[in-house]
Amino acid sequence: MIVVIDYNVGNVRSVCNAFRHIGCDANLSCEPSDIESSAGLVLPGVAAFGYAVSALGTLAELIKKLTLSGKPLLGICVGYQILFDESSEYGQHNGLGLVSGRVVPLPAGRTVPHMGWNLVKLPEDMDLFGGLGKEKHFYFAHSFYADVTDSQAKIAYTDYGFDFPASVQKGNIYGTQFHPEKSSKSGLKVLKNFAQICEGTNS
Amino acid sequence: MLAKRIIPCLDVKDNRVVKGVHFLNLRDAGDPVELGTRYSDDGADELVFLDITATIRFRKTIVELVESVAENVFIPFTVGGGFQTVEQIDELLRSGAEKVSVNTAAVRNPDLIAEAAQRFGNQCVVLAIDARPVRNSRTFKLIRQDKISNGARRSKANPDSPQHRKASFGDALGQWQVCVKAGSETTGIDAVEWAVEGEKLGAGEILLTSMDADGTKAGYDIELTKAVSDAVNIPVIASGGAGKLEHLYEAIVDGGADAVLMASITHFENYTVKQMKEYLAGRGIPVNI
Repeated sequence: MIVVIDYNVGNVRSVCNAFRHIGCDANLSCEPSDIESSAGLVLPGVAAFGYAVSALGTLAELIKKLTLSGKPLLGICVGYQILFDESSEYGQHNGLGLVSGRVVPLPAGRTVPHMGWNLVKLPEDMDLFGGLGKEKHFYFAHSFYADVTDSQAKIAYTDYGFDFPASVQKGNIYGTQFHPEKSSKSGLKVLKNFAQICEGTNS
Repeated sequence: MLAKRIIPCLDVKDNRVVKGVHFLNLRDAGDPVELGTRYSDDGADELVFLDITATIRFRKTIVELVESVAENVFIPFTVGGGFQTVEQIDELLRSGAEKVSVNTAAVRNPDLIAEAAQRFGNQCVVLAIDARPVRNSRTFKLIRQDKISNGARRSKANPDSPQHRKASFGDALGQWQVCVKAGSETTGIDAVEWAVEGEKLGAGEILLTSMDADGTKAGYDIELTKAVSDAVNIPVIASGGAGKLEHLYEAIVDGGADAVLMASITHFENYTVKQMKEYLAGRGIPVNI
């Protein structure tokens, strides 16, 4: 069972719907016991960074503990951004610090938010993108991006006038700035791959 | 490179998709979930659902519709129509909508944009602006009366006629004002200034509808689209008037739109989303195909 963490931010239901659509067992929950017994965790998020971190509250420490002991974690959009050390969205806020890097505004000189379908270059060694070829369009909607400084992280980039990280993988920690649950067939494949990673870890 | 978006718009009334001309003379266009699924399968980049009955009070039906769409459609969708509070926006986002558009409520209470942006992030807040040239406001009322009294689509004020188009788009002042309550009330607020203000408050996107062009299939209001696109740094969705494939190209290239929204030409099957994308790709526009 994959648990999609329900922490009072938008869009949590869409992630569950997408997993169910592809035949994966996923439930929304904020119960520590469900989170502990899950095969993998998804941290979704449509929210501002500071709001998301405070909404997560005491679950943050539990998620960190379980992730550091090997449970697969997929952060999506703001759920991806809070994997990093800190963000400057509406003030300075600390993230979970699971991946080194800072969440900063997209640089001036382009339309912000970065909203819509952009082409992501998919490295062969990133597990989320198995079976998807060299590049695919995914749906983005964000004004901040993660400046990843973690030397252990594998990174997939997209081009928005400059190359920025669209997805990271650091061991069992996965994150996508884009929304796989809203990225049609390619996005559903990413979720399918994550579900298989969770199965593999627990079998 | 970021792709330009094709966004079918589904105006929903009493759980059916409807489409009119200048927001009037509504025709039934099908079941919202069925139609949304069809557009998604056909390659639509996003969908917009506007509940055109909900301006007076928040309706439970729209939440149920959002839930049902979210269970079946795996592309982003925006929902709009009469939402007044951050709590209502929260409920719609939690039900599966990617973004919520605000229109009348934001004009009355601009802080709603700021409150929603700070809580959910700018990318969730779409400011919908229904605009029309200031000088044509009186004409528009006359057209409406004419339509109502004749009960006919083909009158002297036929929106498809070249004369009407000239009257609508040849406005020398180039000033547009914001209309609210599904276009039924003018506000005297300058549409371009309101877009700029909306961006400052935290809107992540402008859904810009030319009321004069709406449903006419005579082309987007390129001047209006360009005026707003030039004035803001957030994405602008051009809306109202798509009838031919060239119109989409014009809105993107001449109007500077990041996305094009259409209803009549997809609902009544003049063109599929796939045809639109192939056409744009053939003319060098980046699209997701």
